[in-house]
Amino acid sequence: MLGSARVPGRLRALVPLSWPSLALVGLVGIPFLLLIRISLAPPDPNGLWSAGTSIAAYSGLMDRPFANALLYSFGLAILVAAMGVSLGFPLTFFITRMRRGWQVLWLIFLLATLTLSDVLIAFSWQVMLSKRIGLANLPVKLGLMEQAASLTPSFGAVLGNLIYLVLPFTVLTLYPTLSQLAPELIEAAKTLGASPVVAFRTVVLPLTKRAAAVSFLISAVLTLGAYVAPLVLGRPRNWTMAVLIGNAALAGHNVPRASAMSVCLLIAALILTGGTVWIARGRGRR
Amino acid sequence: MSLAVPLGQFVCLLGPSGCGKTTLLRMIAGLDSPTSGRILMSGMDRTGTPAHERNFAMVFQALALFPFLNVEDNITFSLRLKGLGWRERRKRARELLELIKLPGIGSRKVEQLSGGQRQRVAIARALAQEPALFLLDEPLSALDAQLREHMQFELRQLQQKLGITTILVTHDQGEALTLADSVVVIAQGRVQQIGSPTEIYRRPSNRFVAGFIGRNNLLEAEVLDRQHVRLGTAVIDVAAIPDGARNGDVVTLAIRPEELRVLPPGGEHGNTLPGKLSYVREIGERVEWRVDCHGRELIGSASPSDWAAAACTGPVKVQIIPGAGTILTC
Repeated sequence: MLGSARVPGRLRALVPLSWPSLALVGLVGIPFLLLIRISLAPPDPNGLWSAGTSIAAYSGLMDRPFANALLYSFGLAILVAAMGVSLGFPLTFFITRMRRGWQVLWLIFLLATLTLSDVLIAFSWQVMLSKRIGLANLPVKLGLMEQAASLTPSFGAVLGNLIYLVLPFTVLTLYPTLSQLAPELIEAAKTLGASPVVAFRTVVLPLTKRAAAVSFLISAVLTLGAYVAPLVLGRPRNWTMAVLIGNAALAGHNVPRASAMSVCLLIAALILTGGTVWIARGRGRR
Repeated sequence: MSLAVPLGQFVCLLGPSGCGKTTLLRMIAGLDSPTSGRILMSGMDRTGTPAHERNFAMVFQALALFPFLNVEDNITFSLRLKGLGWRERRKRARELLELIKLPGIGSRKVEQLSGGQRQRVAIARALAQEPALFLLDEPLSALDAQLREHMQFELRQLQQKLGITTILVTHDQGEALTLADSVVVIAQGRVQQIGSPTEIYRRPSNRFVAGFIGRNNLLEAEVLDRQHVRLGTAVIDVAAIPDGARNGDVVTLAIRPEELRVLPPGGEHGNTLPGKLSYVREIGERVEWRVDCHGRELIGSASPSDWAAAACTGPVKVQIIPGAGTILTC
């Protein structure tokens, strides 16, 4: 009796704590349901969409340009996330081996970069890579190039900017795990015959793979939704799905098509999430 | 410092926290580099050899078992790096688990093991690579007193069985005296004395060792001749006076508690100091007592039966067993 009396009491105590999760589910679920509904509505050039049901928006996506755009966005997300983790991992390892005060300074610096808006960063990069006052003058001064040339619009500019944007997230996600990594584990591996590289592969990676997977996932999902950087720094062929969705809704006034594209992008994000979790878990079991 | 470790011996580096014993062990292991000096193994200079090429196994204070591997994979970690096949590795893991008296736990996760089991697995993992030198950095410090004592016994048995040269770092003098063939007492980065546990205990080379190892009464005395010192007004017959001390020199007389006897006042006894019993406590098989000898407190111990026979209270005489004690000049 005592046990059964305790459970409702505990549940009652949890009810006040549950409202943020319920609100979050509502705020995600309701717009998502609306998105699906709109994607199944016939387009109306004079309004946002018409009444009724139609799969025209999805049928319109069954073409090569859309498939290419989706694959490009997917591939770009994976590339940015992989490069972000590849750069973020050694950077975080380096930070965690510093004295506490320096670690705090680094974390403050990284957090400070997150306070800047994407738009501001993209335009700063545009200026930085421009022909007249940007980085393009450096190779000319070094005698490597005869004439300065603008480095935007280009795929490299988009890629570099997106990596810059995800790097703080990568470091902040990896930091808790790497800062708690006991140095004795690496030292133990060394005394057991592992070279520094082998110790990293056989000890550090298995201990940090979950954090690395989470870091990869956050970077990839953020990149899937990237809008400003590809638009400002890229050519039309460098535009991501987010830019194309914006164009479909704002320029093309085809909200059902934009919604259908958003649903496809969401499915791509879910596939990416599921795949990453599966790989991280699968390797853990082996 | 200069230190030679004979092959097959169990050597303990003993000293207070921060004295440099772990740093020395880490330098031997190749995890830290010495600023000067050399580390030789069988005559070969290993100072610049990286840790992974030395084949010196080490058991860390925190044990450092790999949490993502089960017991068997932890034990065979070094064998996998050497490229041994699965069957061979499994066979070796079983042999080592038998050796550490934990057969059948190979598939368990590290988190499922008790403190003592983890300890043994860490030892088995280190032994799997058949190391040239076995290094242990206070591996028993986290265990409770009973388990620690048991593990000390097992560790010593294992070392004797395998005949492997072993260096253990500890700040626990009891552990060092129990385990070691040879004890190296270190303080402030310098070797204070090297010797067998009996030598270290019975013939400390200086005041630090005398005060650090076990309990000692350190008393200032004046040398009278090669056999006697003056302690206050009493003339005391002691162990041989070292060559460096001359008649009239002030030296330190180190007397162990068991080298003192409490006697009732009166009677004709030599080598005694008058005093007043200030404290008595029975601790299991020993009775610890303290006597105030005119401002000089002496600590002694006796068996309960000897103490009962002495039947002392209040004013007493403390007898220093003739010929006992050590004279220290530094």
